[in-house]
Order: sequence, then C-alpha cells, then structure tokens
Amino acid sequence: MMMLKTTTWRKTAEAIAIPIGALLVALMLFGIFCAFCGKNPLAVYGLIYSSAFGNWRVFQGTLLRAAPLMLTALCTALPARLGLMIIGNEGALVVGGVAAVITGLVLSYGSVTPSAEQLQQVLAIPPILVQLGMALGSIVAGGLWIAAVGALRHYRAVNETISSLLMNYIAIALMNHLVGGPIKDPGETIKASSFVLPDINRLANLPTTRIHYGLLYGIIVCVIAYFLIQHTTFGFAARTAGGNIKAARIAGLPVGKLTVMICFLAGSCAGLAGMVEVAAVHGRVNESLVAGYGYTGILVAFVARYNPIACTIVSILLGGILASSGALQRNLTMPDATALVFQGLVFLVILYSDSLYGRLQIFKDPGPKAAVPPAASTTIPA
Amino acid sequence: MAEVIPSVHQGSVSELDAAIAPPDLEVVNMSKRFGSLVALDQVSLHVKPGTFHALLGENGAGKSTLVKCMMGFYRPDHGDIVINKRSRTIASPKDAHHYGIGMVYQHFTSVPAMTVAENLVMSRFDTTTVINWKQEMAALQAFMATAPFKLPLETLVGQLAAGEKQKLEILKQLYLHSKILILDEPTSVLTPSEADEVLGLIREQVTDGKLSVLIISHKFREVTSFCDEITVLRKGKFAGTGRVEALTVADMAEMMMGEKREPQPVEKVATTEVVPVLQLHNLHANKDNGLEALHGVNLTVHQGEIVGIAGISGNGQRELVEVLAGQRSATSGQVMVNGEPYAATRKQINQHRVFVLPEEPLKNACVPHMSVAENLALRTFDRPPQAKGPMVLFAAIRQMAEQLIDTFKIKTPTPETPVGNLSGGNVQRTVLARELSADHINLLIAANPCFGLDFAMVDYIHGQILSARNRGVAVLLVSEDLDELLKLSDRLIVISGGKFAYESAIAEADFAAISHAMAGH
Ligand SMILES: Nc1ncnc2c1ncn2[C@@H]1O[C@H](COP(=O)(O)OP(=O)(O)OP(=O)(O)O)[C@@H](O)[C@H]1O
Ligand SMILES: [Mg+2]
Repeated sequence: MMMLKTTTWRKTAEAIAIPIGALLVALMLFGIFCAFCGKNPLAVYGLIYSSAFGNWRVFQGTLLRAAPLMLTALCTALPARLGLMIIGNEGALVVGGVAAVITGLVLSYGSVTPSAEQLQQVLAIPPILVQLGMALGSIVAGGLWIAAVGALRHYRAVNETISSLLMNYIAIALMNHLVGGPIKDPGETIKASSFVLPDINRLANLPTTRIHYGLLYGIIVCVIAYFLIQHTTFGFAARTAGGNIKAARIAGLPVGKLTVMICFLAGSCAGLAGMVEVAAVHGRVNESLVAGYGYTGILVAFVARYNPIACTIVSILLGGILASSGALQRNLTMPDATALVFQGLVFLVILYSDSLYGRLQIFKDPGPKAAVPPAASTTIPA
Repeated sequence: MAEVIPSVHQGSVSELDAAIAPPDLEVVNMSKRFGSLVALDQVSLHVKPGTFHALLGENGAGKSTLVKCMMGFYRPDHGDIVINKRSRTIASPKDAHHYGIGMVYQHFTSVPAMTVAENLVMSRFDTTTVINWKQEMAALQAFMATAPFKLPLETLVGQLAAGEKQKLEILKQLYLHSKILILDEPTSVLTPSEADEVLGLIREQVTDGKLSVLIISHKFREVTSFCDEITVLRKGKFAGTGRVEALTVADMAEMMMGEKREPQPVEKVATTEVVPVLQLHNLHANKDNGLEALHGVNLTVHQGEIVGIAGISGNGQRELVEVLAGQRSATSGQVMVNGEPYAATRKQINQHRVFVLPEEPLKNACVPHMSVAENLALRTFDRPPQAKGPMVLFAAIRQMAEQLIDTFKIKTPTPETPVGNLSGGNVQRTVLARELSADHINLLIAANPCFGLDFAMVDYIHGQILSARNRGVAVLLVSEDLDELLKLSDRLIVISGGKFAYESAIAEADFAAISHAMAGH
C-alpha cells in the first residue's frame, strides 16, 4: 500500500477482477434460479438494471439504499483489519437509531415522551445542532455496543463473531421493549413506535434530488476510515496487531486498547447508519428499522475485501439489487425472497473466490524483461 | 516404470526396503524466477545413489527454492529432473513420492493431537477410506522393528520432545519408502547432540546403501562429519561441487562467498563500572497450558556484560524471553530495567531502549503479509521522522528501509515485498536490522539469534553483539548452542526445569558441571 509500483498494479488488477468475476458468476447462478422459477433470466437481468441503474430517478433509489450500507459495512471492514470478524452490524444500527431518536426528541421537545403542549412547540435549537446531537448520540451508542464485544474478546477471550451476532438479538429486543413502553407514542396504534421527530430537525435532501444527506455521511466516513487505516499511526498499529499479535506485543503496541478502539469506531459507523435511517427516512423508531441493512453490510464488506473505499462502490451495486427487488416482485411476480436469494449467492461465490487470490496465472508477475537487480555484494558490513 | 516404488504397505516392508536401492537423481539446468527476482539460474545437481549430499549456500542463495522445485511445490521455469537417466516431470509432492523422493521440513508437519501411529498412517498418499487398524498396527510394529530409531506408537505427538518429533518426520519418510531424503535445515530445531544422533542414524542407512540424502545445512561441522559430497549455490547460480574429503572448510566457505575471508575477531573490552540494567526478582510465569514454566528466577545483567543462558529447549527459556519481550505476563515477581519497574509497554521500551531478537523471527517479530519496509518500521513508525502527528510518512519509512536493506544486505526484490516471501535467513536479517540499527541500545535480549543463518552472518551477528557489549549494552543471550554461549558470554547460567541450576563467570566455567546441570541432575 505504500506506492503504486509496477509490481503492485497486478495486485490491484487482481483485487478488482476477482470480486467482479465473482459477482458475474453469482449473476449467472441467479439466472439459473430465475429460469427455475420460470422466468427468462435475461428479462430479469434487464429489469434489475433498468430498475436500479436505468435512469437518474431509479438510480436515486439505489443511492438511498447505498447510504446506510456504506456505514454498516465499515462495522465489519474495520475490525477485520485487526483480525476480528464482527457481524453485529444490525444491532449497532438499531442501537444507534434508538439513541438518535432519544437525543432528537429531547433536543426537539425537551422529552422523549412529549406531552401535547410540548409537541406544539419545537425548542429553538438550530436544526444543525440537533442533527449533530443525534449523530453524536448514535455514534456513542453504536460504538459502545461493539466496543463491548471487543472488550469481551480481548479481556475474556469471548468469540467476537458469536457475541456480536447475539448482541443483534439483544439490540432488537431492547428496541422493541423501548417502543412498547418507555418511549412509546400512545397515539400510534398500528405499530408500536416512538414519537416522530419534527420535520425541521430531520435530515434534508440534497438539492433537487430525493437523496438525503446520509449518502454524504457515508462517503465521507468511508474516506476517513480508509485514511485512518492506511495512513495514520493508529491504522499502522491496528494492521500490525491484526497481522501478528506477537509482533505487535514485541513492539509494545497496546493490543487491548487497539481492539476496543477499533470496535468502538466500527460500532459508531453502524450506529450512524441508524441515525441516518431514523433522521432521514423513518423519522422515528419502530421495527421497520430492522430492514437488514446490517446483514447486507457484512456482505458489502466481504465483497470490498474490507477496503473502505471499495465499500462505497460495492454499496451502490448491492443497493441497486435491493432497490430492484420491489420491481421484480411487481413486474415479474417473483417471490418476495428473490433479492435475498441473490444476496446469498453473492455471499457464497465471494467466499469461494477468496481462495483464488494468488492462484490465477494471469495475475502472476511473468518475470523480468530487463536485467536482474544487482545482487548484494558478498562482504559483510564491519 | 520399473523404478517406481510400490505403494504396498502391508506385509514385508523390510524385504522391499532391502530390495530397492535408491535411484540416481539429477537436476539439470534448473531456473526459477519470483517476479523480477531470479532465485535459481541454470542450477545442476547430482545426487548419486547411496550418498550423503550437502547443499550449501548463503542465506537466500536459492537452496530451499531448488528443493521445493524438486518436490513439485514450485514449478521451475526451466530445467529437467532426471531419475535413473530418464527425464521425469514432478508436478506435485505426490509425484515426488512416486519416484521415491521425500522431504523433511524445517518445521514439524505432524498433528500434535494424534498418536505416532495415526500420524504415520495419515501421511500416506494411498490411505483407504476405512482403515483396518489391526492390520496397520501389525505392519507398523514390523516397520518399527527394522527402523533406525524407535518411537512409541501409541504416544501423542504433542508429548514428544523436539528431537523425537524430528525423528518422527524422518521415520515418516522411511515409512513412505522414500529412497531419497531431502532435509531442509533439519537440525535447527535440535540441540547439537540430538542433531548428531539423528544424523548419525541416517548416516548408517546411507552407508548401508538403503538411502540417499540431500541435506541443506549451514553447519560445517555437520557437513564434514556426515556428508560425502557437496554442491554449492551462490546467488542462485551453481558455484561448485566436490567430495567432502577433498575440501577444507575454508574451501567450502570460499565457494559459498566467492572470495576468501578471514574471520575478524572482536576483542572484549574489560568494563570497570558495575551498573545493573536488567533485574529480575523472583519471576514466575506459566506455559501456554497453564503449568508453571518459571519457578522464581533472580537475575541481574549489568552494563557491558553478556549473560548467557544455556539449557535444553523447553526448560523455561522461551517463557522468560516472552515475558521480557512483553508477549507473556509474569504470574508474579518483578522485572526492573534501570531501576524502574518494566512491563514492556511502548513507552518503556523507548525510554529504556530495550531491543529483542526473538527466536523464530517470522512468527515472533514480523507481520508476514506486511512489507519489508513496514516491518522494519515497527519500532519507529509513530515517531518523527516517520510520523508527523497522527500521520505515517511512508516516504520516510521507505527511505529508512532502503538504507537498512543496504547495510544489512537483506535480499529482497523491493522494500514493498511482503516479509513472508523472503528466505529464512533474510527474515532474520530484517529483524536484526530493526533491532540492532538503533543508535543507542541499552538492553538487548537475544534468543537463538543465529538460527538458520549462514556462517558469515553468524560471524557478523556475534561481532555486533560483542561490540554492543563493548559500548556498554547489557545483553541477555539465550541460546541452545553452547559453543556460541562459551564464545560470547561473560557469565553463564544454566536453566533447567524453570530454575537456574548453575552459574559461573565464563573463565571459571566447568564443562562437566554445565552438562550435568543441563541434563537436570
Ligand atoms: N515465494 C516466494 N516469492 C518471492 N520470492 C521468493 C519466494 N521464495 C523465495 N523467494 C526469494 O528467492 C530467494 C531464494 O530463497 P530461498 O528460500 O531459496 O533461499 P535459501 O537459500 O533457502 O536461504 P536460507 O538459507 O535463508 O533459507 C530469496 O531471495 C527469497 O527472497
Ligand atoms: Mg531456506
């Protein structure tokens, strides 16, 4: 990662070509599935394309879905650099969403369960500050959520994959409990929900689009994450500890602190995704928040090989698949789970393709055209 | 295919063994490149039937690459393998086995949680789905009866000592009817006496005409006492071959280096002041399995002093070094450096200038997939000039790396090459460069620093350690090589069963007492 040299361009090509190849294979397998369902695969591909990337209007829908994916993907991608496999993305998102709504309601009305009078009068705090407060709340909540997983891992040797998975269920149960009682809006009878944030304090759309500012959050955070891992001393230390913990210890790096910090950052990204969903899309918390962005985020991180920049692009691709699932149902009357089937296929193929790195002949350096570099002289320095 | 070794395992193993003499093996003009690096350039080698053949060369000369090509791990770019005068293709270790060639690796390949018998049966290429254990055990017992060394079949491999594990690796090859044994630095995990025993037993098999051996070694002593012929590689090229009895050690060294060089002895300077640097008070530590490895050791290492710790591996020296390196926490007791409590945090390491050369550097001190440059920067990446605030300056890291690669003669295609791709000796050099290049060292902890290094590099490291000592560095040297300890130490301590069992100034060291203490009496 130091400098792009002739020896590294093959690596880069490999890192791009293998996931793309895997996606193509997954598409082909998906085509077989479609044929099995009695649909023309080409028609299905065409519909996916046209309903996800076909024109600016539908592409906006794709970007809308990509925004939370970029953030949840980081929840897996960052700890992976430290050798941890964390899949608590969904839970951190939910916890972040809950924290955002609580902060938002308190900053808007002075209470999580405002009375009728309080609802009449939104407090005079500038919306940007309320939004910042919500973001901060979600970052801290999501961060602590996954930091707990990291701490359990480091200090008590609890498997982080299992514990983060279980933490998802706890988060969802916690949210259900809160919206069913402590923060419930009694006016809402169909679906237990929290109170709704006032429009003025919600995330606006980018000018002339229906895309909210959350997309910007996602891209900016991904760029920061990339920078943090590749160019800072913190990232260097994390990569060292992830690569060989014994070497990290010999260098005196604080492995425990690094683990907890990376996990905090990871959780805070997913938490921020919860804030984006709440503040831009739902306006409140209820079970619609559990929409699977967390799980799809894991997939994004895998396909992107834990590279935060690649996460943005992969999020857009997979966001498109999500966006097209409605059209598949409506226009082709394909089963509800079609998009999930496709995601599952992508998952399998990507996991398999991991075994291909370094094996494909075309990505191997064919050797020198020019002379061999001068060999080291035989004398040993005195 | 008359010379193919039958893969029948039941029945008259010994008859088969006696019946087939080892084939004649020739490698002709073999070349292999890794990227832009030419690891082998038109190398030829002839292992005659029933000879003990040594493959020599500096670190990175291409020895391991050559034997990996012969075993079918790597595909050579050019060259032929000729077995009994017929050109053969070896595309996988299975093919190699087919022609009776087997290899023993530097690291162990047996499964610790399985018994010796299970490991032997599992190593076969023709294992059936259902194993008839009764039959297999009978066959194994018959095999053990004729084997040059014996191991208990029912023992778990994890409970074997290092020397026994290495014997098992060799037995495995005999069990597989390998007729040509390739050994890549087989003795680096053994103590000198274990090495002599194992090589001696193999030598008998060769003398009886049952086996040919190709051994890679950096130890001239082993070459002169066990080998018949040598082939020397220099920088990936064939540099010479000859019969051992016709060559002196100096001749071999000259073939390896391409020039004559005289060893440059470093004189020890007497130190006058006695300033303690490292102090251990009643230190206890556990092994990985929770049993106690160190039973309360007390030690002081002074400025300008080399304290050598001798002992058979597994007597607590690894744990001691790991505690001092910050890789393991002590269960009780105290480590003091310069009179202050020391826990090997990054801050303390920098403040007290403590450096560590651990054994197995790739496993203990490097991040294999990170670049050579990044590995060289492991101690310094968060300080100027390599860092500016929270930012890592990769240009500075690269610059320093280029300089160190040059001074320490690390053979690597580029500074960006992952350190895991380097030859064993070059990994060692990378760690040495990182740990010994600092302008001011206060305390140096070294564990078997010369494992797997060619003789020139050994001289160089010994020189570096001695000159550090002469500059006033306190050195704790843990080694399984008694000769090395006797040469370098000012004071010698023997560790046995997690306790110090013998201590004396080097001038008064009593060889018999040392051996006695090492054996644990
Ligand atoms: N898989 C690989 N990829 C790239 N370069 C390699 C690879 N394996 C070996 N090399 C390079 O080829 C050269 C020869 O390596 P090799 O391991 O054969 O040396 P060696 O003679 O066994 O040295 P040592 O005594 O240190 O074990 C070295 O410069 C090494 O860096
Ligand atoms: Mg080697």
